[in-house]
Parts: sequence; structure tokens; C-alpha cells
Amino acid sequence: MIRNQLLICAGGACITSGEKSVKDVLVEELAKNGIQDEVQIIETGCMGACDLGPIVVVYPEGTFYQKVTPQNAGPIVSEHLVKGRVVSGLLYRQPTSETRAQTREEISFYTLQVKRVLRNCGVIDPLSIEEYIARDGYFGLGKALEIGPDAIIQTIQESGLRGRGGAGFPTGIKWKAARDASGSPKYVVCNGDEGDPGAFMDRSVLEGDPHSVIEAMVIAGFAIGAATGYVYVRAEYPLAIERLEVALTRAREYGFLGRNILGSGFDFDIEIRIGAGAFVCGEETALLRSIEGKRGMPSAKPPFPAQAGLWGKPTLINNVETYANVPPILINGAEWFRSVGTAKSPGTKVFALAGKVQNTGLVEVPMGTTLRELVFDIGGGIPGGKAFKGAQTGGPSGGIITADYLDMPIDFDSVKELGTIMGSGGLIILDEDNCMVDVAKFYLAFTVDESCGKCTPCREGTKQMYQIMERITDGKGTPNDIGKLKTLGRVIQQTSLCGLGQSAPNPVLSTIRFFPDEYRAHIEDRKCPAHACLHLLTYSVVSEKCVGCTACARQCPVQAITGQVKKAHVIDQATCIKCGSCYEVCRFDAILKE
Amino acid sequence: MKSLEELKRIKEETLKAMDLRQAKDRGKIVVAMGTCGIAAGAKDTLMAVIDELDKAGVHDVQVVQSGCMGLCDREPTIEVSMKDQPSVIYGDVDDANARRIVREHVQGGQVVAELVIKRGNL
Ligand SMILES: Cc1cc2nc3c(=O)[nH]c(=O)nc-3n(C[C@H](O)[C@H](O)[C@H](O)COP(=O)(O)O)c2cc1C
Ligand code: SF4
Repeated sequence: MIRNQLLICAGGACITSGEKSVKDVLVEELAKNGIQDEVQIIETGCMGACDLGPIVVVYPEGTFYQKVTPQNAGPIVSEHLVKGRVVSGLLYRQPTSETRAQTREEISFYTLQVKRVLRNCGVIDPLSIEEYIARDGYFGLGKALEIGPDAIIQTIQESGLRGRGGAGFPTGIKWKAARDASGSPKYVVCNGDEGDPGAFMDRSVLEGDPHSVIEAMVIAGFAIGAATGYVYVRAEYPLAIERLEVALTRAREYGFLGRNILGSGFDFDIEIRIGAGAFVCGEETALLRSIEGKRGMPSAKPPFPAQAGLWGKPTLINNVETYANVPPILINGAEWFRSVGTAKSPGTKVFALAGKVQNTGLVEVPMGTTLRELVFDIGGGIPGGKAFKGAQTGGPSGGIITADYLDMPIDFDSVKELGTIMGSGGLIILDEDNCMVDVAKFYLAFTVDESCGKCTPCREGTKQMYQIMERITDGKGTPNDIGKLKTLGRVIQQTSLCGLGQSAPNPVLSTIRFFPDEYRAHIEDRKCPAHACLHLLTYSVVSEKCVGCTACARQCPVQAITGQVKKAHVIDQATCIKCGSCYEVCRFDAILKE
Repeated sequence: MKSLEELKRIKEETLKAMDLRQAKDRGKIVVAMGTCGIAAGAKDTLMAVIDELDKAGVHDVQVVQSGCMGLCDREPTIEVSMKDQPSVIYGDVDDANARRIVREHVQGGQVVAELVIKRGNL
């Protein structure tokens, strides 16, 4: 007889922060107290609050223990489970008061979210197909088989679901195109490449709720008339691959995959294809080549995959999060789906909140939520009382949403107007210490590395842009560099073959648009206002304030500081490597950083 | 699996195993698990409550543990709070009494008067 269940978050971040050792301690403590048969431990997918991990939730109370370590995990058993006393030291401390939250329902990070895509992540055991079924899993498939392909596609179209892989293309139209395309066999593909640095929602869905993607792919196969599906996952996601494999096996055992699914006469099966982790392989045409065993290079569209995809056959390709939305739409209907979100972008979006924000992790909110709600209400604001400067969206293909737009409802179309894209949902929060030129340079370096080299504007153009950016952050920029960046950027956008090149200039163009003064300060004044670009930074001693304590001279790793005891010191600029040690160690505020 | 009927059956069965994780709104039974309670057999009480609820097919009443309620001479003690009713604290709740309270109070709606220590919140 089980009286308590312990849910341990076994998402990527919690595993990294020691989830396995915590679990070992809990197992040991249960045995030590002789209650191993009364308490069940379940490892779940990502619970989202990644900076609070490892997380252990005790049911039936739902008590939410955070930052659990092997050292402090013991009392969860010896106190809570044996003596019924909540271990208050492990509860989450509310940021605005001294009180502690007992359950997830009391933490604003959770209460402001609407979990649809992540409905099962952190709630069920991802290895258990029965738990997935208990949460209405495979009922969407049941419904789909009942209503038939045309009604399925009509429902998806009416729902207004748009692709979550970045571009926001209407999913229903894509399904219809694949159904109407002539040619056979047809294929269904799931894009789980997730190349945007900073995004990890697709991995979390595959790890935490793999059946939701499998179910949706079977539905898609039935709708377009395909018999084979492929899930393309990058090799850096071993846990996702492992759980997906288990899920596929279980789905086959239960007859959701294979021949004559649920007695309908429909046959479908899914294979996993592992990608090597090239960003360009997330681009659909490159991804399809990669599945074929060829080098992952994009090709011109049209023909679109729906007409000529895998091996030249009609192929439906959707993103992981797009698929995860499908089963509930079939169960609850298009109206239900449209009941949250904006008119043109219905439903929810999962964001990976990172950077300069108190609460980092995965959050799912209705489309149309404002940046202010995301950063301040859910994210808990900027640490250290610093000022919010902007949010980077869309990774290397996107740009910045600035403080002026904190109250703008975010959806596919509104962010596009600001020159950025929704992308996969990476949301990096930047504060006053982030240099926008430097941020743009970082993303550009990424695309320079990841360009497949097939076409010249992307291969050479991004490199040229990068060199100009480097010149600017080195303090060697010239007044016409901004103009050159804009011209180059426009040419690359217009003449590159695939989305990688077409969007590569976005981070630079977006920061030029919203932070022109920062570029000018680098070029004209040779200063980095955020003090982030090392080459533009100088450390000097304010002689009036210096008491000659010699602390800085002793700290400097390259002996750039000289001076006699009790006399003002000086920094030799030629020797200084700008490590900032003197700035840190000075107790008299006598080091000037500018 | 050949039919939706079978799918529904698996759903129902699994929901029972996931029962502890569902929100329950008809009531709550708190078993005091202080040192005194445990010494007096509170753990058996806890398991008896859970077992009896399960046998009776009651899935909308939550069972949780608490520390000592301060009624050490009448341990094991449990507090039964059904929705919209004042809560009742029972003493001397051994295995048999626990089952009786589940049957008579939780299911039957009749407070087991002879075991009551206190009515209303402590
Ligand atoms: C350079 C580049 C990288 C991409 N990476 C991904 C990716 O990692 N995951 C993804 O789902 N879509 C990615 N896409 C978008 C896909 O090409 C495609 O539009 C998407 O898989 C379609 O699915 P959806 O309609 O469900 O969004 C990328 C596109 C480009 C141009
Ligand atoms: S735009 Fe860049 S990544 Fe795309 S095909 Fe051309 S070179 Fe390759």
C-alpha cells in the first residue's frame, strides 16, 4: 500500500545539479526507516524551475522541496515522511516576503503559467505509457481514427495552430498540402534538432513526455496517408533519445504503432534519426538530406517538403512543440485551443527564460503575454537591482525587444514588427551590464561557425560582418562601419539560400536599430558604455583617493601597478591586461573603470 | 490494444495508482505522526486509513501526515475535515477504529461520537 509518492525532477538541469545522488539518499533513507514499501519514488521530466533544482515534490500534500542536496535530503524522509513534519528549510522562500511556499501552487513562477504543451512534464513518469494514458494520452489518436483524415485536418486548421519551430507557418495548411500531394510513400518527420543556443523546450518535451510527440505523429501519419515517421534528434540529447526509444517500444507493445492501429486498419511506425548537432540541420531541407544519409545542406524551395521531401516524396515536417499541441486539440477541439492566446497566434508558447533574471527555466504562457509579465512576474525581475535593458529572442536568427516594448503582447507577428522573431522560444534577458554590440557579435560568431558554406553571401558575408564587429569592439571602428553593416546585412538577407543566412544579420541590424548610440560610443569615443568590451576598457588610479595601501599592486597578476607605500599608485596602461583585480580589491574606491 | 474501451480501462486503472497526485476536494484526514503518535502506532493507523478508503473506493479525500497535535495521551490521533463541516479530532485511533471512522464518518457522514476528542479547529 503506497501512502506517499515522491516526484523527483529528472530534467537535464536537475540531473546536472545532482538529482541521481539525491535519489540514492532518499532510497537509502526510506530503507533505513523501513518504509520503502509505503513510499514510491518517481522520476519525472523537467518541472521547469531549473534554477531551483534538484526538486523533490512530496504527495499527497504536494510539498515542493527545492535545492535539495544529498546532504540535506535525509530529513524529507526522516522528518516529513516519518514524523509528518514539513522540512521548512527546503521550502521556496517567497521573494517579496519572508514566508515560504508549501506547494507549486503558491509560487508565482508556476501560478502564472498555462501548461498545455508541458501538461505532463514534471507530473508523470515519462517511462510509463500507462501514466500518459491516464492523462488522456492516446485518446486524441482514438478520436482521430474515428473522425478521419479530412476532419482531422479541418480541426487543426480551425485551431489556428502555427509551427513552433520558428517561422509560425500555419500547421493545418501544411498538413493539407501533404495530404493533397500526389506521390507515395509519404513521410512524417519531427524536427527535434533544437539548434538555437539557449532553447531546451523540445528536449524537455522529448524527455518528459515522449508519448505526446509519438501520438501526434501517428495522427499526422493517418491524416496525410503516411506509414513511416522519423524523429530527428541531436546526438547531444542522449536522455531524450533514450526515453524516446523506451516510449516507442511501449507504444508498439500497446499497438499504437505497428499494424492495424487500434483496429483501424492503419499501419504506422516511427524511427529515430540522430543528428550530429549542426545548426543548419535544423533547417528542414537540410534535415531531410541528413535523414537520407547525405550531407546536411539546404536546398532551394520550392519544391517544399510537402511536395518533394524525403527521397523526393511528400513529407510533413513539424517541430516537437508543434506536435505536442496536437493531441489535446483533437480531444478538446479547435475552440478550446483558441481560448487562450491572440487571434492570429492562438494557444501557448514555451519560453526558455535565461540570462539576467531571478528565476530561470522553462515557462509556458499564453501567446500575447507581455515581456513585463515574463520577466518580472514569472521571472522575478533582474538580480542585483540592475536595470532591464532588453530581451534577446530567436537566438542567432533574432534580435532584441527593448524596454520600450515591455508591455507589448508577444506573438509571432508582433515580434516580427520589431525586426526579431519568435524563433523557438529562447529568451535571454539582458541588463545594463550587457553591451549590445558585444551580444550581436556573439550571435554573429555563431552563424559564421554554423554556415554550411553552400552560398557566398552567407559564407563570406557573415564573415565580413563579423570582422567589422570585431573592429568596432576592439576600438578600431570607422564612422562608415555602421553603414557598411547595414548594406551587407541587407544583401545577405536578400540573397542567401536558406533561413540561416537570411536571418544571420538580424542580431546586428536589430541592435543598430535600437542602440545606435552604443555603436557610436564604440566607434567615435572608443568607449563601451556597458564596460563589457575589454579592449575599450581602461583602469586607472584616482590619485586623490589612493592612500597607497599597495593592495592593488600586490593583486595585479602582471605587475602593471607601481607606487610607493602611502603614495598614490599608477597603472601602466601598456602592461595592464584589464583583468579588473585592482578594481575588486581596492577598498578606497580609487580605481576608475571606464 | 484493440479498442477505445480498453484504453479507457487502462486510464481508470492507472488513475488509481496516480491517485496520490490528484487534487482532492471532498475532505482531508490528517494523521498525527509525532514521536508519541508513532510510539502509539500512528503508522498502522495511517496505513489503515489509506487501505480502508481504497477498499471503499473513496478517491476524493486526501490523507496527509502532520507532526504532534499536542494530544499525546490520546494517541494515535487523527483529524477528519470533510468539506463544509467542522473538523473533528479523534483519539485512540487504532487500526479498527481508523476503519470505523472511515466507514461511519467519511462514508456515512456520522461522527463517531465516542472517539471524539474535540470538534472544530484546534
Ligand atoms: C537555420 C535554421 C535552423 C532551424 N532549426 C530548427 C530547429 O532546430 N528546430 C525546428 O523545429 N525548426 C528549425 N528550423 C525551422 C525548420 O526549417 C522548419 O521550418 C520547422 O521544422 C517546421 O516545423 P513547424 O512548422 O512545426 O515550426 C530551422 C530553420 C532554419 C533556417
Ligand atoms: S544561407 Fe548559409 S547555411 Fe544556408 S545554404 Fe547558404 S551558406 Fe548554407
